[in-house]
Amino acid sequence: MMRAELLLPEMLLAGGALVVLLGGSFTPRHRQWILRGVAAAVCGTVIITAAVALSAPANTAFDGTYAVDTGTGVARILAATGCLLVLALAGDELAGSARESEAYALLLFATAGAVLLAGATDLLALVVGFLLASIPLYALIGLAGAGAGAEAVLKTYLLGALFGILLLLGVTLLAGTTGTTAYADLAARLPDAPRSVVTAAVVAVIGGLMFKAGGFPAHFWVPDAAQGGTATAATFLTTVPKIGALLAVHRLAEVLPGSSNWPTVVATLAVASMLLGNLAAYWQTDVRRLLGWSTVSQVGYLLVPVVATGRSDLAQPSLLVYLAGYTVTNVAAFAVTAALPRHRGRTSWRGVAAAAPWLAAALVVALLGLVGTPPTAVFVGKLTAASAAWDGGYAWLAVVVFINSALSLFYYLRWLIPLYQPWAVAPPDRPGRWSTTVAVVAAVLSLAVGIAAGLVWRAAGG
Amino acid sequence: MLTAIVFLPLLVAVLLAAVPRCGDATARWVWVGAATIELALVGVVWAGYETPPPGELAFAERAAWIPGVGSSYHLGVDGLSLPLMAMTAVVFLACAVYALRERHRPRVQASLFLFLQSVCLGVFAAADLILFFVFFDLSIVGMYVVIAGWGHGDRARSALKFFLYTFLGSLALLTGFIGLYAAADPHTFDMPTLTAENPLAGRPLAGGVVLAAILIGLAVKTPTVPFHTWLPPAHTDAPAVGSAVLAGVLLKLGTYGFVRIAAPMLPQAWRGWAWVIVAVGVVSVLYGALVALAQTNLKRMIAYTSINHMGYVVLAVGVAGLVSVDTVEPRVVAVTGAVTQMVSHGLITAALFLLAGVLYERAGSYDLHAYGGLAAPAPAFAAFFAVGAFASLGLPAFSGFIAEFQVFAGSIATAPVTAVALLGILVTAALFLRAGQTLLTGPTAGCAKGFGDLRATELWSVGPLLALSLLIGVLPRPLLDLVEPAARTVVDLLGR
Repeated sequence: MMRAELLLPEMLLAGGALVVLLGGSFTPRHRQWILRGVAAAVCGTVIITAAVALSAPANTAFDGTYAVDTGTGVARILAATGCLLVLALAGDELAGSARESEAYALLLFATAGAVLLAGATDLLALVVGFLLASIPLYALIGLAGAGAGAEAVLKTYLLGALFGILLLLGVTLLAGTTGTTAYADLAARLPDAPRSVVTAAVVAVIGGLMFKAGGFPAHFWVPDAAQGGTATAATFLTTVPKIGALLAVHRLAEVLPGSSNWPTVVATLAVASMLLGNLAAYWQTDVRRLLGWSTVSQVGYLLVPVVATGRSDLAQPSLLVYLAGYTVTNVAAFAVTAALPRHRGRTSWRGVAAAAPWLAAALVVALLGLVGTPPTAVFVGKLTAASAAWDGGYAWLAVVVFINSALSLFYYLRWLIPLYQPWAVAPPDRPGRWSTTVAVVAAVLSLAVGIAAGLVWRAAGG
Repeated sequence: MLTAIVFLPLLVAVLLAAVPRCGDATARWVWVGAATIELALVGVVWAGYETPPPGELAFAERAAWIPGVGSSYHLGVDGLSLPLMAMTAVVFLACAVYALRERHRPRVQASLFLFLQSVCLGVFAAADLILFFVFFDLSIVGMYVVIAGWGHGDRARSALKFFLYTFLGSLALLTGFIGLYAAADPHTFDMPTLTAENPLAGRPLAGGVVLAAILIGLAVKTPTVPFHTWLPPAHTDAPAVGSAVLAGVLLKLGTYGFVRIAAPMLPQAWRGWAWVIVAVGVVSVLYGALVALAQTNLKRMIAYTSINHMGYVVLAVGVAGLVSVDTVEPRVVAVTGAVTQMVSHGLITAALFLLAGVLYERAGSYDLHAYGGLAAPAPAFAAFFAVGAFASLGLPAFSGFIAEFQVFAGSIATAPVTAVALLGILVTAALFLRAGQTLLTGPTAGCAKGFGDLRATELWSVGPLLALSLLIGVLPRPLLDLVEPAARTVVDLLGR
């Protein structure tokens, strides 16, 4: 059955993007902030409609190709919240720029793609979501223009093309061996399919999705894009697409047969992402690049509850809670860098605490939050993710999570320490108002989600 | 009631941090006021305390927090935690009084220490592993900021080392907690439930691994040899009040974990590893004492005696795991001694570190040989230091004697070989006498010339700490009556 009305939030996002795109062509440059307001209103409406829909029983739309359940509902809320925060952040950077309304339209399109990825229960819908989430990103990164931005967009595009093909290859293999693309039928037919083919297909599909998640082995574009893109693009592409990609992997994992060794594949990717992200972040001097690598390691942690899918009741709620915590915490950290766009070197952050105490406090909460310090939201995420892994028979993975958290502490602290030292040459710039507000709001949200974790957990279906 | 005790300092801390206009003097006195109210509140709890039946907690409060993962907001006290809460309130009040003369950003400092007081009391009051961990981890963050922000010398490096070390330890602890959680059926983080359930009984391998993770976490915090290397630099570079809190209260978070979590929840594994724990305790006692003997920096010396004193605690709780029917009473005595030692060490070491802070504040040096004959220009300082040193080395009539006597009486009766740790007392006595001699006696020389004697704030911070140690030494019964039933429960739980 169609049941198109179930997809109201997705339609709002896509429709809103079109309105912003067309409206932008007829609005003078100094009035383009109106379109930012429109885009923000769309995101707000999506959050409300998604929250209302969350209380309805789980359902599917378009003949079982799209699930409307707790996972999709939470993904809609998180993606729209992430997009809303990014739109606010853009107030400093993009207001009055040449490609303002286009950027807002691209943000909404990419958000719609991420939500589609999260809800897809059909391989073809998955591919559509992947493309819709990817293509706007290339343009978004490219908005930065010359130099590092051009390099970043080229790298992202080439990797996106490569891993997109890999994803299609995996989809083809799965469809070829089972004769279906619907997850419900895959679950029934895959156990009888040839094991080696299924394993190869699983590696290809999950590997392809790692491009959107920004995890190993498709992570190379993340640090470049984080460094070379605009702050708006960097914040968005390290936050919102991950929500879609990780839920997509989780949904796929639910239907894969245990014989395909998918838990081993996902566990390997998780460990590799954590280690690589953390070790590569160690000696970075550019804070945006440092955060870029840190998001790679976060994907590793986020994959941990996915490994426990089907083996522990904690898996899905812990993934959703972690995603909620990650979204607000990561936005807070990037928003701080957006507030002081010229302060890129780690050492240039000296004296920021004295000049902008709220901004510095937001960064402390965000970075300690990313490490997993209680009572922030990411702590609850890490705790429950590790519990889910242990509960699902992967105790060693829980240990790896905590070893990596300890590893990560060092590079986050290396950035925090200069903040509280007196400045050496010149006082820091005046931080952007919009970005500072977003940073503080997101940091407060990260604390609030951690303290009210019981409520969030219930909303996430636990 | 416990919620008020735990969160009142936090509330005041937030207010102090959020109102930048309140003057420095106001901030200092607000801190003293809040710390006094805290002490009064803990006093009220102590006065109304009746020993709860085994397995239960007094003044318990419970509310749902994250029911999905079996974690609740659960607070309560018993004979193990209440004395430590009282000690914490006393030490923080002493620090507040001492810091009345602080000139470096007193408002932020007051706010930070109130935050620290909240989380320390929270650890002792917590009856849920996640709640325990939340407070435990936040204490590390708070202390890091204290050392990095108000320390001296190579403070950034010392603070970083402290943070990395203890954070790693806390993550090992969390791993162990998740192991307990996953083993319990139904899954829970609730401490009384886990203690009653003994979830890893009959699974020696899993129990051993989980205990190892928890022990490493607690051993880093305590610290015991070989996880102690963060302690001396952290103390040397921390401000006086920071050192007092670090040694007086934060170290106890580790040893408290032994008697509250590790031993009662994993009795089988604890018994299996008891000899290893005893050995670590004995080595800590001897190594801490010998290395302290070799120090010329007063703060490093006191820091190493802390390792020595915590060694007695580890020894005693290790001995408690050497279960046999005819040694129940000695083992109860040993555990009682361990808890008494935690309280006693908190009071005495906090006093000694505050006195070391006086030295640094006057002359900018901790080097023992830079001073000489302090008794002439600063008789009150000399008297206090001598009393503190004697209390610390375990002279009768001080709390240290009561504690160490019980530890040894219990340990040697259970395992005579532990008598070798008595050497630690001998070495400690020697090093304190030598330090006192170098600092206080002889002709007034070096930095001691023109040394101003203790001021009112210093007298009224160090004095009460030493007086309390003396009080416990002379009248130990009220404290022991509180601790003994809880110690007996721990020993009974270990016998399962």
